[in-house]
Amino acid sequence: MNAEIEIQLIASVVAAACALPGVFLVLRRMALMSDAISHAILVGIVLAFFVTKNIASPFLIIAAAFTGVITVVLVELLNRTRLVKEDAAIGLVFPVLFSIGVILIARYAGNVHLDTDAVLLGELAFAPFNRIVISGYDLGPQALYVMSAVLLVNILFIALFYKELKLATFDSGLAAALGFSPVFIHYTLMSLVSITTVGAFEAVGSILVVALMIAPPATAYLLTDSLMWMLGLSVSIGVISGISGYWLARFMDASIAGCMATMTGIFFILGLLFAPERGMVALARRHARNRWEFALWTLAVHLFNHENLPESATENRVDHLHEHVGWDREYAQKVLTHAKQRDIVEQENGRLYLTRTGRQMAKRALVK
Amino acid sequence: MNLMQILKGLMFDYTLRTVALGSGILGIVSGALGVYAVLRKQSLLGDAMSHAALPGIAIAFILTGSKAPLVLILGAAAAGWVGTLFIMAVLNKTRIKDDSALGIVLSVFFGFGLVLLTFIQKMPKATQAGLDNFLFGQAATLMERDVIIMGLLGAAVLIIMMVFWKEFKLLSFDSEFGSSLGFPIKKLDFILTGLLVVAIVLGLQTVGVVLMSAMIVAPAASARQWTDKLGLMVALSAVFGALAGMSGAIISSVTAHLPTGPTIVLCISFVVAVSMTLAPNRGLLWRWFRERRNNRRLRLEAVLLDLGMLAEQHEDLSHGHPASVLNTMSMGQGGVERSLEELERRGLVQNINEDEWALTQGGVKEINRILEHREVKKV
Repeated sequence: MNAEIEIQLIASVVAAACALPGVFLVLRRMALMSDAISHAILVGIVLAFFVTKNIASPFLIIAAAFTGVITVVLVELLNRTRLVKEDAAIGLVFPVLFSIGVILIARYAGNVHLDTDAVLLGELAFAPFNRIVISGYDLGPQALYVMSAVLLVNILFIALFYKELKLATFDSGLAAALGFSPVFIHYTLMSLVSITTVGAFEAVGSILVVALMIAPPATAYLLTDSLMWMLGLSVSIGVISGISGYWLARFMDASIAGCMATMTGIFFILGLLFAPERGMVALARRHARNRWEFALWTLAVHLFNHENLPESATENRVDHLHEHVGWDREYAQKVLTHAKQRDIVEQENGRLYLTRTGRQMAKRALVK
Repeated sequence: MNLMQILKGLMFDYTLRTVALGSGILGIVSGALGVYAVLRKQSLLGDAMSHAALPGIAIAFILTGSKAPLVLILGAAAAGWVGTLFIMAVLNKTRIKDDSALGIVLSVFFGFGLVLLTFIQKMPKATQAGLDNFLFGQAATLMERDVIIMGLLGAAVLIIMMVFWKEFKLLSFDSEFGSSLGFPIKKLDFILTGLLVVAIVLGLQTVGVVLMSAMIVAPAASARQWTDKLGLMVALSAVFGALAGMSGAIISSVTAHLPTGPTIVLCISFVVAVSMTLAPNRGLLWRWFRERRNNRRLRLEAVLLDLGMLAEQHEDLSHGHPASVLNTMSMGQGGVERSLEELERRGLVQNINEDEWALTQGGVKEINRILEHREVKKV
């Protein structure tokens, strides 16, 4: 395997592993917890590094994941004092922890590869250099194994607790009443987010983890109503963002992680614009269609009201529409053309007559 | 460096004076504007805005090739604005909630900014050195012209805030009432958000995009603990922001390997911790004392009333009642002995012998007073 393919593989696995817990963060309105956790775990990594003196030690991952959970607990404790609102609580906790982490790095760890750039950006390009070699056999990059393990844990958790997660997410009251502890689900999910963040941290850095966790699920949320589909779509969008991000970075000679985040944003914007039901284009088209439909109904009802009455000779004329219905001449003409196409009215010497379809339409509209 | 040296430096050292002034200004502006963000539950909007500013800085540099602060500030403000408008659009047009919208803007804009920064790094002959400072801030790079610009922009922001004082107050506390009174709430929201963008952008060079949000949230959250009045809160928040900004920036510029942003954040977080513990009425320590006092008072009253009920069954007021009975009546509340001793010290009960207790005349009066008080409260 060459380095190019390995990087893309790692990017895909990272993106998939992030997207899975991300779906539940988005649905449970806790997206910013990932922001808090991804910043805060830096302290855990640095402190564990000081203890073990080994950047590759698995102890680092455990310590960082633990810090992530502590962050969640701290936010909740602060929240419970009722001295600040929840958003402020998040905004107070993670800057402190992150600051401590950055200062520790700047002062004491300057010469290891734990520098602040690595913290923010990750070093995906270097990931293939760090390999697992057992008795002379090269088994591949370590990051690939770590992230695959994280991905597997995420898949297992979601598969095993799918029903519970779904219930706790959409109706936590019912979940509690049925005996599934929402607290248990909450903390397990937060632990997963922490573990995933730590694993992805090395590859994509602390802030871009947030992009991979939130943007693909949010895009999927625009596309579907089914949780199953949302999970699948999120993973797919994440993986596609990862691979296309890699090629964008190659093309621009820029940061891979940054490009991956940019791609997740581009896919989100595409979803925002072109999602079949909820996209802005679909919304605008539906809006326009409704407007035409409404104009046709208005025309039909107007003609129907005056049909076969003495005043119909003056009322049911083209040039009268703008006076009575309040349309300007141009618009009235457009509606009329449209109505003729749809076989709703017929025109004879400037007078308008409803066809049979037109009359039925007017009656239906009036009954409604 | 000791304190005297720093004080001397503040007066005569150009760098130190500039840094202190600049960080002070940023603290005042972000502290004052942060109050509105915190009251309107938009604490994390600042986080998204400051991250979103990064690509603006990079684009401004790519387009103009200049590192003049005004150019970069304009770029940052424009990008921060775009990010905010994007968030508003997503919230208005889709069912995506604010947390996800903030998270996406924050991380994607920032990622794009990093792409541009790495891209600039590799541009031929580009001197991008210095743009990195926008990540964690570098107070020592502040120059006099930067501080002048910060001062002017900051003053403009504060003046606009004063001009719209009443309107912003209404917007923060009851915007629906405001709009029913005919205030253009949407436009006011627009202006206030714009001011917040400027406040954030002012701090980027000193604190950095990653941690600037703390300068919005923390001073206001501290000030909130000390007062319920908006005017006082804004003033206090500005003072806290200025203090933390100045001390953090000075500490970091006189110490090697100490990035400014994180240092300032630790300073302001210290202020938050002190405020949340010590502030009268709301502070945790205060609350703890109040709860303890209340609990003790209630325990004393309960024992006294129990003894009163026992005394009612005897003509003789000085008839002794064993503490064990009172203990049973307290239903396992415990601490009955201690309460009796305290009551004795206050002259409300007397120890008849060894372990038996009786009310005094004063105790009877006290019971009547308590019952009357409770009766009044009930009514």
